[in-house]
Amino acid sequence: MFSYCSDPSSLEGFSWLACYLTNGKHMAFYGSFGVVMVLLLITAPAALAFGFGGAIAARSAFLPLRWFGKAYTSMVRGIPDIAFFLFVPFALDQGIEWLRHKAKCPDWEEPIRQGSDFVVCSVAKMPLSSSPQWVHETYGFFLAVLAFAIVFGAFAANVLFGAMKAVPRAQMETAEAYGMTDRQAFWRILVPQMWVYALPGLSNLWMILIKATPLLFLLGVEDIVYWARELGGAKTSIFAYPHPDWRLYYFLGLLVFYLGLTKLSEMVLSRLTYRLSHGQATMAGDAQRKAAA
Amino acid sequence: MKKLMLGTALLAMTASFASAQDVVRMGTEGAYPPYNFINDNGEVDGFERELGDELCARAELTCEWVTNEWDSIIPNLVSGNYDTIIAGMSITAERDEVIDFTQDYYPPTESSYAAIDTGADLKGGVIAAQTGTIQAGYVAETGATLLEFATPDETVAAVKNGEADAVFADKDFLAPIVAESDLEWVGEGVPLGGGIGLGLRESDAELKTKFDAAITSMKEDGTLNTMLQKWFGEEIGTY
Repeated sequence: MFSYCSDPSSLEGFSWLACYLTNGKHMAFYGSFGVVMVLLLITAPAALAFGFGGAIAARSAFLPLRWFGKAYTSMVRGIPDIAFFLFVPFALDQGIEWLRHKAKCPDWEEPIRQGSDFVVCSVAKMPLSSSPQWVHETYGFFLAVLAFAIVFGAFAANVLFGAMKAVPRAQMETAEAYGMTDRQAFWRILVPQMWVYALPGLSNLWMILIKATPLLFLLGVEDIVYWARELGGAKTSIFAYPHPDWRLYYFLGLLVFYLGLTKLSEMVLSRLTYRLSHGQATMAGDAQRKAAA
Repeated sequence: MKKLMLGTALLAMTASFASAQDVVRMGTEGAYPPYNFINDNGEVDGFERELGDELCARAELTCEWVTNEWDSIIPNLVSGNYDTIIAGMSITAERDEVIDFTQDYYPPTESSYAAIDTGADLKGGVIAAQTGTIQAGYVAETGATLLEFATPDETVAAVKNGEADAVFADKDFLAPIVAESDLEWVGEGVPLGGGIGLGLRESDAELKTKFDAAITSMKEDGTLNTMLQKWFGEEIGTY
């Protein structure tokens, strides 16, 4: 980074630290904060979509769909995250490769399962083993997003299911009295009003999601906790910047980051609650109405 | 003339197709200096990096390096996320049932205990070792309380902060740490494992033959010995 960094062993004090904090490994560490933020920003809406779908399925009038919705929420909520994370991406990855194998190598004769080995023809690999490393990383990242979305979607489905039930019956009755169809009443009356009931539960999920990112490393995605542990560990003189065990400082840095993120989330969520309570038949909505009057 | 050009173009295409197929993904842990570690530029470095690159050059393979957590390093190999494990993995009978090994590129050596207090109780105390290693298996059999960690670095940290009485690991992993910190050797070394080899899928016989041939050629011309001494010092066993 700086011109005087070429020989770290001759450096001392501040210039040593400046070079140390800007070496390639630290750059990867700083980059991983971006990875985590991107993961959160993609996963949250995806999980919400899964949750919404699950909740609709769980209250569907069509029995098999209702079973599906119920089974999804109760099964996924019951499985430990870590087991889920070891299973889903492997299963997804192998499922995709199996399909590609069937499509691209029809005359392949050897079995796909050979003992514990999973062998598909090389053009069916996903991604191809010749693709550059970033493709592999992006692919792993999206498998992770999908696994997160499925897990958190199940929790969100339960929250939304409860929220849909919490909308006062009188509101739906009024909609019916106005001659709205079920579909109209659902989209125009129920959905706009349910969010305020869902928000406390969803905000909990968001907070848990923020803290769940270290699970990423199980999938080979290097997140901030991985880098903090890797960088903080004691380094002997085989490294250019030897130092004793500094994990405490790195984890303190992470603590600040997570607390900051929590604070920011709380600010956004409280504003959102305020906005959503506007004109609602809830205590908060009532209070706003009285304050305005 | 036209035919010749077409022929050449075809040949060039098949050649590039073949080389695209030949990328061998080398899986390593990246947390076990001096065997393999992530250097300050964020790249895989160490004895196994230098050795792996040389083996790939001799076997005329294009290789790419990938890091993976030790815990899931075998599952990811057998499901095909990379093609070799080159991560200081000792050849043992249990592992050999699941994956295949090339011949050893690092001779069988001792595993050793290191502790702050030289009077540490190795048979009845708390001993730190990395999960899923032959050392962890050995400690579990000695009667000592085994304290397992996911990374090698954490096993050493556990001794320094008093959580464990001693750490048990490959002698060559501990040697630089003992030399540079207040840890000291305790007790006798224990010969464990059958040397270190490259781990491969059992269905990958062709790749195994290539790497075996490359290792043999490095053993014969002495380059492997030079490399071993460069990374592990003069006392290392050679071929």
